[in-house]
Amino acid sequence: MNESRGTAIHVSGLTVAYGNNLALDNVRLDVEIGDYMGIIGPNGGGKSTLLKAVMGLTDIMSGEITIMGKSLREGRNLIGYVPQSTEFDRSFPIDVLEVVLTGMLPIGLKPFRRYSEEEIRQAHYLLGSVGIEHLARNHISALSGGEFQKMLIARALAAKPKILLLDEPTASVDASSRAQIYDLLDELNKEVTIILVTHDLLAISSRVRRLACLNNRLIYHGEPELNEDVVTNLYGCPVDLIAHGVPHRVLKEHGGEDGCSC
Amino acid sequence: MLMLEAVLQYRFLQYAIATGILASVLGAVIGVIVVEKRLVMMSGGITHTAYGGVGLGYLAGFEPMIGAFAFAIAAALGMGYIKRKGTFKSDVIIGLFWSLGMALGVLFISMMKGYPPDLSSYLFGNILSVGLTDFTIMALVTAVVLLIVVIFFNYWKAYLFDDKFAEIRGISVPVMDYLIFVMIAVSAVAMIRVTGIILVIALLTAPAAAASLLTAGLGKRMVIAGILGTFFTMGGLWVSYMLDISTGASIVILAVISYFLIWSAVRILAVNAGGRVRNKWMS
Repeated sequence: MNESRGTAIHVSGLTVAYGNNLALDNVRLDVEIGDYMGIIGPNGGGKSTLLKAVMGLTDIMSGEITIMGKSLREGRNLIGYVPQSTEFDRSFPIDVLEVVLTGMLPIGLKPFRRYSEEEIRQAHYLLGSVGIEHLARNHISALSGGEFQKMLIARALAAKPKILLLDEPTASVDASSRAQIYDLLDELNKEVTIILVTHDLLAISSRVRRLACLNNRLIYHGEPELNEDVVTNLYGCPVDLIAHGVPHRVLKEHGGEDGCSC
Repeated sequence: MLMLEAVLQYRFLQYAIATGILASVLGAVIGVIVVEKRLVMMSGGITHTAYGGVGLGYLAGFEPMIGAFAFAIAAALGMGYIKRKGTFKSDVIIGLFWSLGMALGVLFISMMKGYPPDLSSYLFGNILSVGLTDFTIMALVTAVVLLIVVIFFNYWKAYLFDDKFAEIRGISVPVMDYLIFVMIAVSAVAMIRVTGIILVIALLTAPAAAASLLTAGLGKRMVIAGILGTFFTMGGLWVSYMLDISTGASIVILAVISYFLIWSAVRILAVNAGGRVRNKWMS
């Protein structure tokens, strides 16, 4: 699904504030159907806030968001969300299969809703597709960071989304699992539009097809080839780009005392 | 006289045991949700706000428990609304509601003419004073809460694990938020007669926290917490009968000591088994 067939997500004039702090300032962003977009930016730059706004989880001051041409309220069911694995209480009493099944619950509150045999089979299939079917009956505390992230991807897929939003999915996983997750996302991108928030600039350079750089305002929106000025402007500190403009390394003179948060 | 003989002979002891068992079941089900959702302090705030209702009931001349229910439910809805809006930090709101409820209770009682009533049974509980009305209230609240939890069990599990994902999926998270707060309010007020406003938090947390050390399933935790809670309540009742001491305090002290004993036993077993025991139990 590499060719564009319309707009998956349209954001215009989006402004979000937490108290007196402007998290997003007049952001405009379009994501085409089939896109694989990376979003980078410093901590506090509004990356996660943008995802929350697109999912309708935060109040917006102004702006418009549409999902597949529908209003946010109608369209957000088309979104699958993969949060950071560090946000979870690993002692919560639930096993891997049950987590995936929660992605199949219907909208609203249906009394006495039990999972059907077909849904359980589908959950096993999804776990197999992300490579952890053998862990289906394990408690979530038994999973590694990478396995946990794959479980969250399977849960997101259980809802049959058209768009997958991932918030730093490789933040707490080892190198081997990181590569597996990116391979998995490449595969999934054949079917779904992907938006990946990350600090992993290697992934930006080698995996995504479009890039958005966010530091409360949208600094850059386009091909994942960056020049030094754009990245310096984004992170607010001197940078050094190597390998033909691909941001394999962005920090040049960051001593940690100049107030920049990269 | 042995306690068993006394139970067979005295109606008040029969009510005490029946109400105690129901309170244990109710406390277990709500307690597991409170512990997993990290609402322990909010539960404390809601419960203490009920004291204002008790005071108003005495001042205005209606049943103090009705006032307690009204104040606790109002506090639950108010805290829930403010928490969802995210305008203030949760612990600030909890602290304000907590102290306001207690202050109103003291104020209303001080405004009464003549000798003020003894409110120690509301503060510290007195399970031996429960009658048919208290038992009926407890039975009704237990039945309704159990029904709501069972009917939407898979939704509760999804909501407790990750409410953001549940909300994106179109599950009515605001409804579940308010439902939980109101269930906590009515459960805590119903349990006031057993352990009192000040001690009810122990009956909500100790059995649930102890059960979390022993099993990994949400439903199993509720069942085990119910069994442990019943043991704590009946054990506390027996100790208070034998030693002629406060029942509410006996129940709470037994529950807290038992929690630490279970915690220690699990730790020792885990260390001896090289850390494998808990995982084995939990799988």
